[in-house]
Amino acid sequence: MVTMNSEKVAAKRKPDSNNGSCMGTSVDEESVHHPTTSDDSPNLLLYRKMEKIVEKMQDENTGVPVKTVKSFMSKIPSVFTGSDLIMWMMKNLDVEDQQEALHLAHLMASHGYFFPIDDHILTVKNDNTFYRFQTPYFWPSNCWEPENTDYAVYLCKRTMQNKTRLELADYEAENLARLQKMFSRKWEFIFMQAEAQSKVDKKRDKLERKVLDSQERAFWDVHRPMPGCVNTTEIDIKKACQMNKPIHGIKNMTVDSRKMSPSTSEIENKVSIDILKKQVELLKARLDRRNIKVSKAAESFIAYYEQYLEYDCFFVAPEYPNPWISDSPELWEQEKLAKDISARRVKRWAFSLKELLQDPLGREHFIKFLDKEFSGENLKFWEAVQELKSLPQSEVQNKVSEIWAEFLAPDASCPINVDCQSYEVTKKNMETLDRWSFDCSAAHVYHLMKSDSYSRYLRSEMYKDFLNGSKKKTSVKGIRSIVSFTARKDNIT
Amino acid sequence: MNIKPRRTLKGHQAKVLCSDWSPDKRHIVSSSQDGKMIIWDAFTTNKEHAVTMPTTWVMACAYAPSGNLVACGGLDNKVTVYPLSMEDDVTVKKKTVGTHTSYMSCCTFPNSDQQILTGSGDSTCALWDVESGQLLQSFHGHSADVMAIDLAPSETGNTFVSGSCDKMVLIWDMRSGQCVQSFEGHESDVNSVKFHPSGDAVATGSDDATCRLFDLRADKEVAIYSKESIIFGVNSVDFSVSGRLLFAGYNDYTVNVWDTLKCVRICLLYGHENRVSCLQVSPDGTALSTGSWDYTLRVWA
Repeated sequence: MVTMNSEKVAAKRKPDSNNGSCMGTSVDEESVHHPTTSDDSPNLLLYRKMEKIVEKMQDENTGVPVKTVKSFMSKIPSVFTGSDLIMWMMKNLDVEDQQEALHLAHLMASHGYFFPIDDHILTVKNDNTFYRFQTPYFWPSNCWEPENTDYAVYLCKRTMQNKTRLELADYEAENLARLQKMFSRKWEFIFMQAEAQSKVDKKRDKLERKVLDSQERAFWDVHRPMPGCVNTTEIDIKKACQMNKPIHGIKNMTVDSRKMSPSTSEIENKVSIDILKKQVELLKARLDRRNIKVSKAAESFIAYYEQYLEYDCFFVAPEYPNPWISDSPELWEQEKLAKDISARRVKRWAFSLKELLQDPLGREHFIKFLDKEFSGENLKFWEAVQELKSLPQSEVQNKVSEIWAEFLAPDASCPINVDCQSYEVTKKNMETLDRWSFDCSAAHVYHLMKSDSYSRYLRSEMYKDFLNGSKKKTSVKGIRSIVSFTARKDNIT
Repeated sequence: MNIKPRRTLKGHQAKVLCSDWSPDKRHIVSSSQDGKMIIWDAFTTNKEHAVTMPTTWVMACAYAPSGNLVACGGLDNKVTVYPLSMEDDVTVKKKTVGTHTSYMSCCTFPNSDQQILTGSGDSTCALWDVESGQLLQSFHGHSADVMAIDLAPSETGNTFVSGSCDKMVLIWDMRSGQCVQSFEGHESDVNSVKFHPSGDAVATGSDDATCRLFDLRADKEVAIYSKESIIFGVNSVDFSVSGRLLFAGYNDYTVNVWDTLKCVRICLLYGHENRVSCLQVSPDGTALSTGSWDYTLRVWA
């Protein structure tokens, strides 16, 4: 039956090459040109990994012990038990525990690499249930996309054998009825094919037949899974789109090898030259870049973790019970109320200027500090630039002029100090008026704030008092106003 | 680690393809292959809106920073925004903002309701003006489908990262539209990219069954998160608040939790019955949401 099927598949594939040599060669050429695209497809990558494991499992000496089991009057050929399989996996793969081994076994079974000998549900139990390996011919890596006619022939054939183990399951009988309706005109042909296959099958050795029948059934359990079972042959739609795209191959070609030029047009050549030029630029930039050592990078990750550990709910419980665990939204409500601001929260303001400004309360507090110092214009400018970036395109030009007039023009109402270099760049940018016009100046001002006002703020009594919980000095009114504002916003959502 | 499933969101009739947390820390928008976009109150598990989309494959959805707007799109090649309101039918005020020449695979609002950044199967990324639908900037550099993008958590928010089926990870300057840094190393499609909370590194997940950490300052791969027994591809990654944990959703139905510093797996989260397609830590870091081909979303804490 297997050889029978293979001929059928060959026949199914033949039309491509038989439809005239012209078409045949074009298909061949394609597969020669970009073999990488098909070889590296995510599904094949996975299949190859699973097949490597299956091959190890099937090793005669070190693999899973496969036996022929005697039961009553008959023999069950070439089977292994679920517990043997799991034991082998625990010993030979780097799985952590039995649960992981079982999970991986289940996944491999659902892809059809091995299967329970009398169950349509392709899974693995850690007991004495018998399993059998699938023949490589039926492995999913052969890119089966069996058609409904094949399925109809198979189901039809099953009805011709009066063996209990071959009896159709309810869902299969339903499928057969549906297919019969669908292929009503072709049914005679399907029936004849099934008959022919059944005849060939009957000539086989009894044990061999048992194995082949089960393997064929498992094949269909993968490609036409029982309702409720996962169809593992489905592909991610994004990947499917990508595979169907002819451009994909061509693009790769022009980038990868210039030998293909005879067939590619001049425009494509130009595009690829541009791409290469860009690559050269990137590589040059990479050479000029001053990089830190990996050890330094690692140190910074450790430092970041240590600083933020307290705020990571997966390590340290938040101040109020985690809403998802306690079923109480108290944490969020307290945050909105902000009746007493925790030291934990205020402490965070000292991590960086970014943290301070991200917290509406922190920002408010910092503004008050700046006002006291008569240096509020820097933050105002920086915030105006951030706002500019978030505006709709239609309002950008006006806002740019406004910011210029308010902060940078010779007669500015709220002048800021920037170095002359940034000023010149910004002045030049004013010719184009886009949302990035002030980036250079804003970066400079931010740096000033960070190194000057922010560090002074952190050292100030104002911050220390706040951190220590004496909030009497700060106006409660001010805080309330922000809080009610954010609360209102939340209500809308 | 004692992370358990805390909520199950049931209601989609097909595979969940994408989800995003609301800035209010309790709502989630999700999109599915059934052509529906659902707004959930994940805390109570109630559905607040269910919007039928013009396409059956809604591959991407995102909440705007205000929480009053969501964007989504997919096989229709478009990105469409829906203002959320309790009174009106959400679809009445919908608006198409941008159109790609292939499917839209991912989208995000860069710090403002007024702009959307998208990635597409046409191998480009694009920045759109929401009000006018104008293309503000396009980003050319990938040679295959863009699968994921993420915004840098810096003060200025001028850079973002993209991952693509050309196996590359690129860092872009939003102002110039130029690629400023590139990382290679993955052996198959890069399905997910996410900035470390410090903004100094990018974590990636790929069909080669590995997650990696690329450091921007060292300009190279600094860590790889893989195990011989993990053979299925990664669809989605995200960090915990401190950057110590990396959550990764796999095609093998599980979520692996990695210790980013020691490069070992800390635990495995079982529960989904099909591929985990999307995953995200909530804005305040109290929970992890996952979406799956098993039609459900789950919240873990």
